[in-house]
Amino acid sequence: MNAMRDALVITKRQLLQLLRVPEVLIFSTIQPVMFVLLFRYVFGGAINTPGVDYVQLLMPGIFVQTVAFTVASTALGLAEDMQKGLIDRFRSLPISRSAVVVGRTLGDATLNVVVLIVMAFTGLLVGWRPSSSLFEVFAGFLFLLIFGYAMSWMGVLVGLSVRDSRVANSAVFLFVFPMTFLSNAFAPTTGMPRPLQYVAEWNPVSTMVAGVRDLFGLEPIFGVTANSFPSQNPLIMSLIYIGLLMAIFIPLSVRKYKNVTPK
Amino acid sequence: MSASIIAEDLVKTYGAHHEVRALDGLSLTVNEGTVLSLLGPNGSGKTTTVRILATLLRPDSGRAQVAGIDVVKNPQKVREIIGLSGQYAAVDETLTGWDNLIMFGRLYHLSGRGAKVRAAELLEKFSLTDAAKRPIKTYSGGMRRRLDLAASLIVKPKVLFLDEPTTGLDPRGRQEMWEVINELVKGGVTLLLTTQYLEEADQLADEIVVIDHGHVIAQGTADSLKREVGGERLELSVNSENLDKAKGIVERLTNSVATEDSQMHKISVAAPEGTRTLIETLRQLDTAGIQPLDIALKRPSLDDVFLALTGHVAEEQIEEVVGAKSKRGKR
Repeated sequence: MNAMRDALVITKRQLLQLLRVPEVLIFSTIQPVMFVLLFRYVFGGAINTPGVDYVQLLMPGIFVQTVAFTVASTALGLAEDMQKGLIDRFRSLPISRSAVVVGRTLGDATLNVVVLIVMAFTGLLVGWRPSSSLFEVFAGFLFLLIFGYAMSWMGVLVGLSVRDSRVANSAVFLFVFPMTFLSNAFAPTTGMPRPLQYVAEWNPVSTMVAGVRDLFGLEPIFGVTANSFPSQNPLIMSLIYIGLLMAIFIPLSVRKYKNVTPK
Repeated sequence: MSASIIAEDLVKTYGAHHEVRALDGLSLTVNEGTVLSLLGPNGSGKTTTVRILATLLRPDSGRAQVAGIDVVKNPQKVREIIGLSGQYAAVDETLTGWDNLIMFGRLYHLSGRGAKVRAAELLEKFSLTDAAKRPIKTYSGGMRRRLDLAASLIVKPKVLFLDEPTTGLDPRGRQEMWEVINELVKGGVTLLLTTQYLEEADQLADEIVVIDHGHVIAQGTADSLKREVGGERLELSVNSENLDKAKGIVERLTNSVATEDSQMHKISVAAPEGTRTLIETLRQLDTAGIQPLDIALKRPSLDDVFLALTGHVAEEQIEEVVGAKSKRGKR
């Protein structure tokens, strides 16, 4: 009980930061909005998607990419707290050993809610129209948030391990950027060399994108390259990935927090 | 008087093969309500000691107790009664002073109202009320440290750890910080403070523990440490034509050999009888018609102590001398 209360104090601190420095929120929403516009109008015309508007396929892709990048914001935030000595201060307080990291991941999840809302409205402005029921659309967004939350825990481990915000930033980008592009998010995987198609097919980003497209009422085209399990059951496969991410990274992160030492 | 902090034979090594011995059998005791200063150069093990005592780090071996509670076996209990203010101001710089104190108050499990009352009290006490609603990043270095200190005092800790509380502050900020710390000590808290500033230890501490390479190399009050290194010396300078005559006078008087710096026209001699030697020297110089250009009794500084104990100069010494000059004599 107390552990949750402590975690919420940390979450509140993060939200207060956004109020005090609104630029952070503005820039973290501008980037995905920019992606929507660039892909919609720059690449959209060049990518051939028979029978369906590119923007319908694009939006789920960008949603997934955005929440996947939660790993970066979590890692960056914790590395910064580490560098500034705040983690030391928190660790000297009589609070639960999980409060700080739980609080941080909840804060980043809250930020994702805001960013997804802004992006959804941008999408609507440029022609995105989900064709499923309101309930399914809602389920799609919930799914995105949960995936973002799982990625956030990976960010905890990275942030506490590299302990330097610049390193955290570049380390995560090096990994997440190709991960989001080596998928069906922006272009059909059928155009990739054969070996890469397999990677793309099993990539959690692809299963998430396919799952969310499904929930938004799209036919499973654009990246279903084989009759493999992840292509056939994107939602189940995504849930397995989310479960794996949490099962691996939550215990590792909490353990890391207990013994972490600044540089 | 009972011991409030006890460390026994602490060892902490780093590296894959334990090749860096940050602490190499460090022991110390701090009595309740007193101030102990851990003095040593960079990398001597000060911060590691504080981190172990404040439960942030587990020692490889050895034992430590804070207010009778074992720091390894019962860290959460220790955290309830200590305050820690680190080398780097560990507060959230984007938030205001008020936000920070409320957050830490809540984390110490004060009620919403309780946290507000305490935050207001502390801001008042540390003269930060006017700056309460400003983000910390607009604070001066001294204000930031005061707020950091305030955050460690939310639940009135029994034992307070200050890790280099004035490192990086300008002379004025340091002076303010010293005043604040002295106030606190009057309130009865047990304080362990680390510093590389020799003067700081002299100003604030009841007892000084000098460490180097992870173990204690000397211990005592500032006075006893100075005595250990040697007694007072009488230093005087005179016109060059009077140099030999004056030297004769002081040597006869103290019955020992004086050293002479003929370029600076300076004479220096051990003065075991202190001020009495000084007065008698002045009297005899006067009788001989010699007016000294400068005369003073010099006690060895802690810088001298450090040099004598470790055989090397404290790394921060140059900066220390520059920083400390402007406010010497304020005790």
